[in-house]
Amino acid sequence: MLELFEVRVNSKALLVDAQTTVAVAILRAGILGFRRSASGECRGAFCGMGICAECRATVDGIPDRYTCQQLCQPGMVIETEKCPCGEAPQ
Amino acid sequence: MSATVRDGASAPNVARVAVVGAGPAGMQAAWTAAGFGARVTLIDANPSLGGEIWRGERSESRTGTRLFERIRKSNIRLLSSCQVVDAPRLGTLLCAANGEPEWVDYDRLIIATGARERFLPFPGWTLPNVYGAGGLQAMARGGLDLKGKRVVICGTGPLLLKVAATLRERGAELPLIAEQAPFASLLRFAWALRHLPSKYGDALWLGKKLLGAGFRSGCYPVRAHGLDRLLSVTLRNGTQEWNVRCDYLACGFGLVPNLELPLLLGCRVDAGFVVADDWQETSVSGVYCAGEVAGIGGVEKALAEGAIAGLAASHARDTPGLRDHAAAWFRERARCRRFASALASRFSLRPELRSIATPETIVCRCEDVRMEQLATHASWREAKRHTRLGAGHCQGRVCGAAVEILKGWPLESLSPPLFPVSERFLACTGLCGGEAAVSEQNLSKQSARTGHPMGRATAADCE
Repeated sequence: MLELFEVRVNSKALLVDAQTTVAVAILRAGILGFRRSASGECRGAFCGMGICAECRATVDGIPDRYTCQQLCQPGMVIETEKCPCGEAPQ
Repeated sequence: MSATVRDGASAPNVARVAVVGAGPAGMQAAWTAAGFGARVTLIDANPSLGGEIWRGERSESRTGTRLFERIRKSNIRLLSSCQVVDAPRLGTLLCAANGEPEWVDYDRLIIATGARERFLPFPGWTLPNVYGAGGLQAMARGGLDLKGKRVVICGTGPLLLKVAATLRERGAELPLIAEQAPFASLLRFAWALRHLPSKYGDALWLGKKLLGAGFRSGCYPVRAHGLDRLLSVTLRNGTQEWNVRCDYLACGFGLVPNLELPLLLGCRVDAGFVVADDWQETSVSGVYCAGEVAGIGGVEKALAEGAIAGLAASHARDTPGLRDHAAAWFRERARCRRFASALASRFSLRPELRSIATPETIVCRCEDVRMEQLATHASWREAKRHTRLGAGHCQGRVCGAAVEILKGWPLESLSPPLFPVSERFLACTGLCGGEAAVSEQNLSKQSARTGHPMGRATAADCE
């Protein structure tokens, strides 16, 4: 069993392990829309391999990180754009 | 006297080998070159080794597991979470390591940047919970819980089945795997596998894993439904259309090589792939390539080409015995290339796929350029100038491969930076940022968020 630690996604605390990507942490926090597109659509993670840039979010104050290519670290602060599509059902 | 292969000593003038991409090809190349005494730097954009196929250092194969072990025990310098941003001159790469500038000098370069999936736009493909096939697999490996979730997988190629197996192992329900190729093509593909007994093993393993999952050939998605997330997908098989309820849709219409770095270096590309000689050397002297970037063919081909490139890059070409040493790898590569050609011919995209995008369908996800906006343009360059097609964050990596099929426009070369970087990065590295640099819109959004002024960073910011 991997050790669990806390990260914050849009100020919601969440327990994850070190093999969890930041993109998955965002989804686990119930957020489906990572960002709003140029014409206002909600967009979620898509290619999962650092190509499409749909999963970009602000991590520890650095904007536009590709969250599918980043692993969670203890105390990480993750912020997504506000999306009108709200939250995924838990 | 010149060194021989068996000395285990590389020629002194080829001491530094840089390998870009840590999938099977890159790992094999790095380990081989390091074994002959080269000082190897292995660069990858992901936080862990393995590439997309062995992502997160998990491989079902013994070869894979052994290679991870070998790399860990070697003195190879690993640069993970590191994107190659520019090749300012031959012999130097400029990288962004976790966003920070990092220069890598080399005598020989091995490009093993692999491939990405081709996505074809159709109404609804931009809805949250529609993923790339490999993308959903990567998300599952990154911790996404799919237990009890209904996943429809669509597109083309044997990769769909591998993805299906991974997702099923993690508890997903698979109501449908929709392969666009007709059933007759699949039979011919299976027959071509007789050249590669190891693939039969793979096929049997997959068959066992996927028993009971829905599989249909000759069909493809035409619309994903949902308001702010996916609810269902409509598929078509030429004569009929039907709807399947699902929580996730995973699509992949084959693989396209990641050609940005070889194009930037001026390597010759033919029919969409980097051209290499017997030794995997490209048209640019001292620059080698291995794996999917030289032709889609899977892990075994990548390993053979990686070994050859690693051997060639760590030796002078006239080293006595070099060809004998590589003979087994040459044979393996030839065998694998037969599989590669079967793959290319049997899973070619059906022409109907060109019309699944309606006029309103978004083609370029970064800039929300719709299909109808492309109608009046004659080329990629012209459309880019007028509509911002491919001018956004992904720099055409997604829409480029789609438009290639939809409009027949070939991909055009990029200018650095190959990935968007911060203003600070640009200022610190003297990179002026061509047309593909961070867009003004992103810059202003970024400065609004971070509170930094829009002006360019100064040297003082680099401290």
